[in-house]
Amino acid sequence: MSDQTIDDVVADEPTDDPYAGARETTEGTVYTVTGGDWDSVMSAVDDEERIVVNMGPQHPSTHGVLRLVVELEGETVTSARTVIGYLHTGIEKNLEYRNWVQGVTFVTRMDYLSCIFNEVGYCLAVEKLLGIEPPPRATVLRVLTMELQRIASHMVALATGGMELGALTAMTNGFRERELVLDALEMITGLRMNHAYVRPGGVAQDIPPGAVEYIRELLEILPERFEGIDKLLVGNPIWKDRTVDVGHLDVQGCLALGCTGPILRASGLAWDLRKTDPYCGYETYDFDVVTSTRADSYGRFLVRVGELRESLKIIQQALDRLEPGPVMVEDTKIAWPAQLAIGSDGMGQSLDHVKKIMGTSMEALIHHFKLVTEGFRVPPGQVYAAVESPRGELGFHVVSDGGTRPYRVHVRDPSFTNLQATSAMCEGGMLADAIAAVAGIDPVMGGVDR
Amino acid sequence: MSTPELPDGRRPAPGPVTPAQPPGGRGTDMFGATRGSDTSGFGGLVKRQPVAASSPRPFGSWFDEAVDTLAESLGSGFDEAVTRVVVDRGELTLHVRPDRMADVAKVLRDDPGLRFELCSGVSGVDYPSEATRLHAVVHLLSMTYRRRIRLETAVTVEDPHVASVSHVYPTADFHERETWDMFGIVFDGHPALTRILMPDDWEGHPQRKDYPLGGVPVEYKGAQIPPPDERRAYA
Repeated sequence: MSDQTIDDVVADEPTDDPYAGARETTEGTVYTVTGGDWDSVMSAVDDEERIVVNMGPQHPSTHGVLRLVVELEGETVTSARTVIGYLHTGIEKNLEYRNWVQGVTFVTRMDYLSCIFNEVGYCLAVEKLLGIEPPPRATVLRVLTMELQRIASHMVALATGGMELGALTAMTNGFRERELVLDALEMITGLRMNHAYVRPGGVAQDIPPGAVEYIRELLEILPERFEGIDKLLVGNPIWKDRTVDVGHLDVQGCLALGCTGPILRASGLAWDLRKTDPYCGYETYDFDVVTSTRADSYGRFLVRVGELRESLKIIQQALDRLEPGPVMVEDTKIAWPAQLAIGSDGMGQSLDHVKKIMGTSMEALIHHFKLVTEGFRVPPGQVYAAVESPRGELGFHVVSDGGTRPYRVHVRDPSFTNLQATSAMCEGGMLADAIAAVAGIDPVMGGVDR
Repeated sequence: MSTPELPDGRRPAPGPVTPAQPPGGRGTDMFGATRGSDTSGFGGLVKRQPVAASSPRPFGSWFDEAVDTLAESLGSGFDEAVTRVVVDRGELTLHVRPDRMADVAKVLRDDPGLRFELCSGVSGVDYPSEATRLHAVVHLLSMTYRRRIRLETAVTVEDPHVASVSHVYPTADFHERETWDMFGIVFDGHPALTRILMPDDWEGHPQRKDYPLGGVPVEYKGAQIPPPDERRAYA
């Protein structure tokens, strides 16, 4: 068979797949393999030649539009390189052409599984530049929505990770539970994803009637569902076969490669910005930092499962702390005077408020107009604010020149940084383990490429 | 200063007539009005840059101690390597000469009194009004002492060379590639400085201020709305 050419291979195929085939390039012969014909290709290539396999960017197992270029020797990965940029949308550039409040609607779309974290990180940076503090109720609402979001995000991590390793029940269960949490976020913010709920100075609107009751119900339901995950995956021998001792990365490796979040905590270092560099009053909440000393994909999975329960504890405490009060700073130079109400055509400007500012308060009308058209000014300077997103340290480097628009916003996205560990985790292992390793990193390409 | 008394013996309430000098600049409020609290006029288009000066000692907090430790470790090279020390909003920024970035980063990582173990990332900022307009910014985090520090360096477009910190902090690999991709800053000593987010054959560096945002006009109910960077600017 070894003297076969690829034309013979294609001709021998029982089905003439229009996508399979070979073409000559400057780098050698490139085979497009569509499944089932792997043996034929292996016999067609010379034994001495290395095989470079390109996976993605459109591939069901690469966690989004991630492209992996792996060099194989048999089934062993000798080199793994990630190629990114397929989801680059220029969010950082776009921010420079919008005002400070509009920026929220852009950053929320970066890491689309942790929208609230993007918003809070950005707003903390802008508030640091402005030198303002949001009112306590707004901070509690931020914590509440962040922790709900963390549960939703970890659910997707388990769901897609399970799907990539063939555990389809994990996928369906994970997305089912996530939907419960997203319902809560939808009640609070109006949207399932890309909420644009957190604004510089507070949050967009107060929590609606019924939401607290719904979240309290969730606190009853979710622990049972988490037990389902325990039963399905934690002791599951197949799941453990696929993830234990796969994608090893110890503490030193994590620090060198900048890995934070569950990857770092699964290697034994209890580094969580909520404890070590508290923001939004996290130092006053009672919760534990979940760690594992396994330093493998299974350890990362265990850390995520543990964090689900810790998030529930924080949500419970946040609900108990919801005291009545404003959800936006009082400063009328920053907070929009707008008031929202349900009208005949849905949520919109409160007609009473419009009547008041149009009819009786010229100052309020001017403020409204100025704030909406040009926005508020932020004193010049630069700051860095970081939050602990479900994937690690999410940092915002925000520069202002004193104008109404951000001069520069750079986002240190944890997925982008953690993805560098792919090579270290995959090289020397089997090809199938590369999938488990990437699933353990849990990159979100929207955040990686921004 | 005594408040003038009204004829009937009352004193006027101390109302917010003229706002105190904001940090933004002389005599402008947050809406950019230059005459008192007049909010009726167009805000103007004056851009202000942060002042380029060192902060005076003492810096406060742990900053003095950290800068002293760094100065001790770098010895006589400190004054040459670190051009400015800025403390603003509780954050410490060291302005470093571009060719000394890696040396300074190595001391910051290894000195037992500093221990900045983790590099949070490298990015760039473009200040077209300055001669050395391209700034590379490195954020470092000390897990031992729970401190953050920022290294900043500035280069010209003609000679955009900065010493790479990727040998000190391997995590800077992707970040420096992104900064090269977006700003065209060349990191000397980086193992493979290639584009990362933009396609390999892309021309230009999109995050520079003279690079247009692009976009197409949008039509809404018959009206043409220009792309965002061509719309009317309100400062």
